Amino acid sequence: MSHSLLEARAIGKNFGGVTALRDVSLTIKQGEIYGLIGPNGAGKTTFFNVLTGLYHPDGGEIVFAGETLQASAPHKVAKRGIARTFQNIRLFANMTAMENVMVGRHARTHAGVLGAVLHDRRTVNEEAAIRQRAEELLHYVNIADRADDLARNLSYGDQRRLEIARALATEPKLLALDEPAAGMNGAETGDLRELIEGIRKDGITVLLIEHDVKLVMGLCDRVAVLDYGEKICEDIPSVVQNDPKVIEAYLGGSLA
Amino acid sequence: MMAQLPGLGQFRRDKSAAVIASIVMGIVLAALPFLIGSGLGNSWLRIVDFAMLYIMLALGLNIVVGFAGLLDLGYIAFYAVGAYLYALLASPQFGLHYPVWLIIPAGAALAGFFGALLGAPTLRLRGDYLAIVTLGFGEIVRIFLNNLNAPINITNGPQGISGIDPLHFGGVTLAKPISFLGFTIPSLHAYYYLFLGLALFIVFVTIRLENSRIGRAWVAIREDEIAAKACGINTRNIKLLAFTMGASFGGVAGGLFAGFQGFVSPESFNLMESIMVLCMVVLGGMGNIPGVILGGVMLTILPEIFRHGAGPVQLALFGKILLDPEALRMLLFGLALIVVMLYRPAGLWPSTTRRREFKGESTTDVLKEGE
Repeated sequence: MSHSLLEARAIGKNFGGVTALRDVSLTIKQGEIYGLIGPNGAGKTTFFNVLTGLYHPDGGEIVFAGETLQASAPHKVAKRGIARTFQNIRLFANMTAMENVMVGRHARTHAGVLGAVLHDRRTVNEEAAIRQRAEELLHYVNIADRADDLARNLSYGDQRRLEIARALATEPKLLALDEPAAGMNGAETGDLRELIEGIRKDGITVLLIEHDVKLVMGLCDRVAVLDYGEKICEDIPSVVQNDPKVIEAYLGGSLA
Repeated sequence: MMAQLPGLGQFRRDKSAAVIASIVMGIVLAALPFLIGSGLGNSWLRIVDFAMLYIMLALGLNIVVGFAGLLDLGYIAFYAVGAYLYALLASPQFGLHYPVWLIIPAGAALAGFFGALLGAPTLRLRGDYLAIVTLGFGEIVRIFLNNLNAPINITNGPQGISGIDPLHFGGVTLAKPISFLGFTIPSLHAYYYLFLGLALFIVFVTIRLENSRIGRAWVAIREDEIAAKACGINTRNIKLLAFTMGASFGGVAGGLFAGFQGFVSPESFNLMESIMVLCMVVLGGMGNIPGVILGGVMLTILPEIFRHGAGPVQLALFGKILLDPEALRMLLFGLALIVVMLYRPAGLWPSTTRRREFKGESTTDVLKEGE
């Protein structure tokens, strides 16, 4: 648990005059579930977008698995081993659940136009492997019975699961989940928690943005708190919960 | 999961049904020119030959618009590139007479290159903005062809290039009846078989691409570009590939057109033609290969039916011709388009997915919220 997988060093990001992230540094260790919380607008999703290459940071650098992560190329980030889900679910709505997961295999497969047209043995084998892996992943997240349904026709909870399956299809070292429990009821959140714990058991490190404090505190090994773009606290959940700065950020300052 | 897979017996039945269907289809397609040639005459056979070319164009555009979701209003430019390359390399214009097997692939490659050329600066554009830029591109190509007769005469300007070599293979030219094992195949029939062969080849390539890693990546980009990137898809390359592949089909069709027609001029490649091909894709059923083929056939043949039918029908009804058939043709055609869009908004033959999409089966509204 001591080996660090991801190190963000002094990440800064401005939008015009608004500072979304200021000198945010954090370290995620191999194999842990790391929570990132904070009030609305604290910069959690911005950090996610910087991490996954959607935004170019204005300062700082990210070291992932021992190498600097080149910013602003999301597909390269995915290839390097960071997969993500989105706060507002972003599935390929008019593709089936199966096809969604198959697209997730893109980063780890190679068939080009010639292979596709000629159907050489390598392409045929690869295609079969893609299909098989996608089936396994649908089973893994427990929506195998919806494989042939369009993603848009899945229930909300199943869509969240499908997005996780698609992210897992890219064979990530780090799985970044952006508010996976948003809009879920108690039972669904419980299932989700089991799923995330299972993913960790399979050796994948998890970064979790979440509003559901109970879920974060129960699930995460360590938690960082962002407020107005700055990290105000990073520790094990029980310490974070009682940190006066965190309480102030969530509940407002004292009247005195 | 296993329970949903069709049993083996079912699979065999499907397979033998497919074999029978393709044999019947093959016989019909092989006999078609003789049926049409003897029943309706050569002008209709020419129209069928053109339908084959339009099928190729529609399938090419379908890759860009139907699969990758990139609205292209200048697609006919690639048809023009293929046609003019053929015209310049096999006509008295420069006195060059290269063989067909060299020019057609070269036309595909050059058109593909132009496709990438159009794609590269427009990678960040989508929807309306992309449509405007591609529309401009199509017009630029046409205007270039129109004006490249001075200071050096390359394209012969608005007069176009005539006397283009007909499609020929070795000593056999398709412009004259071909005697073969005691049979004589008339010229239009020979063109039909050649075009049919190439159209089938393009259908084959498209089907293979659709069910591949590349095809899925195209559709993923259409559905959600950011999510596609997050899945490790290099959207820039995959989009360029869509433009290139689509354009190369257009280049092939263009070369065949030049050899078939014997004459090319910029007029043949105006905006109306781009729109026409787009209509074939949209009306037929965007993204669905059989639908797009149907669209290509219908939209080539319908205007001709109106052209040929409008006169006699008026004579029969009113005893005289009230409206010029030529003008009435487009009127009726427009009406037909509107009717189709009203009653079959997903196209005449949509993919199962799109049919469901338009029916609006129960969906959670989560995906519509977006960002």
